[in-house]
Amino acid sequence: MANADCIIIQGSNMAECHPVGFQWVAEAKARGAKVIHIDPRFTRTSAVADKHLPIRAGSDVVLLGALINYVIANDLWFKEYVSAYTNAATLVHEDYRDAEDLGGLFSGFDPEKGAYDNSSWAYDEANDGSITEPGGPEHGAEAGARAAGDALGSGGPPLEHAEVLRDDTLQNPRTVFQIVKRHYARYTPDMVRDMCGISEADFAYLAKTITENSGRDRTTCFAYAVGWTQHSLGAQFIRAAAILQLLLGNVGRPGGGIMALRGHASIQGSTDIPTLFNLLPGYLPMPSAGRHDTLEEYLKANASKNQKGFWADADAYTISLLKAWWGDAATAENDWAYDYLPRLTGAHGTYETVMSMLRDEVEGYFLLGQNPAVGSAHGRMQRLGMSHLKWLVVRDLNMIESATWWKDGPEIESGELSTEDIETEVFFLPAATHVEKAGSFTQTQRLLQWRHQAVAPPGECQSELQFFYELGHRIREKLADSQDERDRPLLDLTWDYPTDEHGDPDPESVLAEINGRHLTGPDAGKPLSAYTELRADGSTSGGCWIYTGVYADGINQAANRKPGEEQGPAAPEWGWAWPANRRILYNRASADPDGKPWSERKKYVWWDEEQGKWVGDDVPDFPPTLAPGTKPDPSVGGPAALSGDDPFIMQSDGKGWLFAPKGLVDGPLPTHYEAQESPVANGLYPQQQSPSRLKYPRKDNLSAPSAGDPGADVYPFVFTTYRLTEHHTAGGMSRWLPYLSELQPEMFCEVSPELAAERGLEPYGWATIISARSAIEAKVLVTERMTPLRVGDHTVHQIGLPYHWGVGNSAVVSGDAANDLLGVTLDPNVQIQEGKVASCDIRPGRRPRGPELLALVAEYQERAGLTVETSNSTVTHPAAEGEHPGGQTP
Amino acid sequence: MGQLTGPTDPTIDAHWEHNHPRKGFFTDTSICIGCKACEVACKEWNHNPQDGNLELLGSSYDNTGSLGASTWRHVAFIEQGQDRIAEARESGRALVSLGMPRIGPPPQPGEVVAGADTTPPDTADFRWLMSSDVCKHCTHAGCLDVCPTGALFRTEFGTVVVQDDVCNGCGTCVAGCPFGVIERRSNGTVKVATSREEQHAGHPEVPNAGVAQKCTLCYDRLVADETPACAKACPTTSIKFGDHDDMVQTAKERVATLHAQGMTEARLYGANENDGVGGTGSVFLLLDEPEVYGLPPDPRVPTADLPKMYRRAAVAVAGMAAAAAVAFLGGRE
Repeated sequence: MANADCIIIQGSNMAECHPVGFQWVAEAKARGAKVIHIDPRFTRTSAVADKHLPIRAGSDVVLLGALINYVIANDLWFKEYVSAYTNAATLVHEDYRDAEDLGGLFSGFDPEKGAYDNSSWAYDEANDGSITEPGGPEHGAEAGARAAGDALGSGGPPLEHAEVLRDDTLQNPRTVFQIVKRHYARYTPDMVRDMCGISEADFAYLAKTITENSGRDRTTCFAYAVGWTQHSLGAQFIRAAAILQLLLGNVGRPGGGIMALRGHASIQGSTDIPTLFNLLPGYLPMPSAGRHDTLEEYLKANASKNQKGFWADADAYTISLLKAWWGDAATAENDWAYDYLPRLTGAHGTYETVMSMLRDEVEGYFLLGQNPAVGSAHGRMQRLGMSHLKWLVVRDLNMIESATWWKDGPEIESGELSTEDIETEVFFLPAATHVEKAGSFTQTQRLLQWRHQAVAPPGECQSELQFFYELGHRIREKLADSQDERDRPLLDLTWDYPTDEHGDPDPESVLAEINGRHLTGPDAGKPLSAYTELRADGSTSGGCWIYTGVYADGINQAANRKPGEEQGPAAPEWGWAWPANRRILYNRASADPDGKPWSERKKYVWWDEEQGKWVGDDVPDFPPTLAPGTKPDPSVGGPAALSGDDPFIMQSDGKGWLFAPKGLVDGPLPTHYEAQESPVANGLYPQQQSPSRLKYPRKDNLSAPSAGDPGADVYPFVFTTYRLTEHHTAGGMSRWLPYLSELQPEMFCEVSPELAAERGLEPYGWATIISARSAIEAKVLVTERMTPLRVGDHTVHQIGLPYHWGVGNSAVVSGDAANDLLGVTLDPNVQIQEGKVASCDIRPGRRPRGPELLALVAEYQERAGLTVETSNSTVTHPAAEGEHPGGQTP
Repeated sequence: MGQLTGPTDPTIDAHWEHNHPRKGFFTDTSICIGCKACEVACKEWNHNPQDGNLELLGSSYDNTGSLGASTWRHVAFIEQGQDRIAEARESGRALVSLGMPRIGPPPQPGEVVAGADTTPPDTADFRWLMSSDVCKHCTHAGCLDVCPTGALFRTEFGTVVVQDDVCNGCGTCVAGCPFGVIERRSNGTVKVATSREEQHAGHPEVPNAGVAQKCTLCYDRLVADETPACAKACPTTSIKFGDHDDMVQTAKERVATLHAQGMTEARLYGANENDGVGGTGSVFLLLDEPEVYGLPPDPRVPTADLPKMYRRAAVAVAGMAAAAAVAFLGGRE
């Protein structure tokens, strides 16, 4: 980021939530970069930006779409880059129909299942066919249930093969370029004014700044965080930025890219080596019953040997993982113990699990570093769900609300629960902090940094590693004599880490296992140095293919700490970045198709003719000796099929995708839909919300009416939730610390002076905020940092709510939890909740106590006429509903 | 006792034989993100107790209010509209026109000079100022000069430090500081546990209750050649630490750069060695008048007047003696 000439921070409050990473923005700014912050609120990030543009929460696709339109309409796209490195020239099948033509739906929508059959979005194929997925087509409903989008964390979706049809003139109306151009033609500055509340002048400033800082000599970078992801179409917000950045040639180059700012020290690590229900390490999908019953089916569906690039070798990554976990018990005869892996039978994300708890389908629950009673959407549903458990284990630093809801939670006060009647047995196990244990953090930039233990944990506090190691030992001891087949996966696990005198396993031995080693041959036992050494024949092991190399030569590369000023611009000897210690992904794109740097100023990786290889500041992200002009036959498949101008080596066709024929379940192009709850009607399409969002129409999860529907004025305001620098998420690491608590002691809401006047809110007095689910109280910060937005013909007031506080008696500071106001509606690609925008009312004074609180919420629900159907229609366009928009049969 | 006013090197003044270069901070508020890491790092390192009663203070995101016995770094948050920004810009420009902070050669003909409109086109109509305040470690420190017990002393780094075990809590220094920095620590505050075992074992006794407390510029870290905790923790280098002369030079360059970019509201605070405290050890770059940040516009150490007072007193004594003598002699006649 320090190399960027312009930084757009949107969907993120980077200075507050990532203050340490913000040093790179500060450095870029010191070098003369422009910084623009686009956010509903004026935050500490806006304070140090060159300009702040207030935006209506949830309208980002309109703004990004208008930028895409601006770039295409004014011919400002980076021609050589786009033509050579993206799929702009690729032809899409003739069955494809755009949302422009079908009132906001793409072809293939199945209103019964509320999901798409995406077969009509496919690339065209020579013999009149279309290029499908290697495992056969998967309906959006099934892909959504397993949140299949999560598996795209290290590379693009698979294709049967990469023999695409192209029109390099980009004139064919079925080229991706023409489709993108048509799709965004109505995303205009006027639309931005009417939907986002951003004036034409401000839009012009933004568009001009971005385009003037993109091209051969200059680069623009985007940074986002959960302000983009936590929407019912969050994945599409990011896709929209990806399209824009590809059109401007800002991917794979220094100072370019789209920075996903991850929320905690190792949240990137927790998706790489996942804590998610649907992933195995390295973004290999968790097998699904029916689709992945055998290893052969699984490997076939993950990647085709006929597609281009390194994902074609996913079989080697999978089998090496199975060898790492089950060692000698994984053999060719038993398909490398593939059947030891569990199979998904449906959606098992966190919100689905909570709803299962309410149906008494879940007996026990482990909470590790998570405080869902405060931190998850719909806190009441979370707490009531936990009250249905038989047992609950909370491992944390402090006695968080998720461990004490049974005695002092909001439902005890409201009378919905009484401590005597709760049968859940709650175990609290004290955890070691990050300075009391060694291990690695993987941060936003995919950089692994080793952390040494500073002090021993006090008392009975344990590291996670020690806890699970011991738990595994005890379970295996109990099962030692079992003859039951289903216990084999546990008994056959390689569970043999060396421990120190306190019984704590050596974390470097785990890192070595993750890195992988040769199992046979002259190098048997030696660590692997690159993922390209992984084999599908059982001769290698590797716990997470993208991390292979972190323990190369038996050295903990994550512990490298050579100061930046003592090395080159990419600082390769500080920590270790996956994959292959590469600092910028797809960096072959930093050179032109002939392999020369686009400009001296943005020189990074280039082709050295004399040496016959790629060289530069970073580890080249390309086959090292693949010359720029090479054009192999694409049908050979895998890395060997990559052309000299295919920089996107993890994409199945080697190109950056403007249009996504596969991989997204809610549309191949980002399209604006309103949030589940919105006071504004969709100005672009008759379709109000994303038709394929995951809805949960339940009595305990009611939604406010949308614009124009009766009762919408009962919840007339928009609220958005966020973090403050002073606290850590749900407060488990900050509200127990006096030094942090004193800095932000009380729950508050941020409102504009106009809204305060309209509702009679007193500065620093109390206010009650009511949503369709709950009501909370907060102190009032009246500030000009909140701007009422003129959207269409009415004013939209937005209310800011930090979500750090929770109700309980154990913390230094407590307060009502903003997340209690949220409902559960999810993005279908990754099952993330819509946490950044919803509807509410606000009024002065504290909230009622006890059963009267429930009465207040019910009174609002009644006044708005809420039912489980409210805002839960799949298709809102009456004409489209009966139409079954086609494309299925040409 | 050394010099009481005007430019001087306080270390030499304090008769240190093996003195180090004078150390100090340069706090550049134009890049402060208000994260308060300085406040937290300071309290952690110095084991200072929690302040306040855990309620919103009613001052934007500032909930510690001001510097005091237990808060040695304090971040102010100021929200401003367009009118105030225009005024700040004008007053900063006026300072430059007076020839105050400028580096490099004198302006050439045709060069953009103060007075030309270099206002950046993306100037906001609203801003949120953040500034981390700290003890100024004055060249002429009022607190030190009035301390009757010798508890306050000038270190070899030119900083001013309280010796907790010497201070008798008389409070004279509190009135002696023109910035309102030093305070006596009351024992009504809460000490924070220093280890996790202590955390839930009730609140231990507050350290140094009743005696004067303020920033030591991390004296215990300086003697170990370490950067003070606040500067170490600052993620954007808003708080810079180093030799005082370098800090003043960096500050002057920075203000010139900002002016060249049209940010004429930038100005220095504490960098003038002819001011009422002989210049401060901690210098600041501000984006508005000092009063806006709660800083005195023209700080003056009370002891600055001592020589004059002594002279007047001497004159008075001499006059009275003369008068008495005259009266006496006259009476004889």
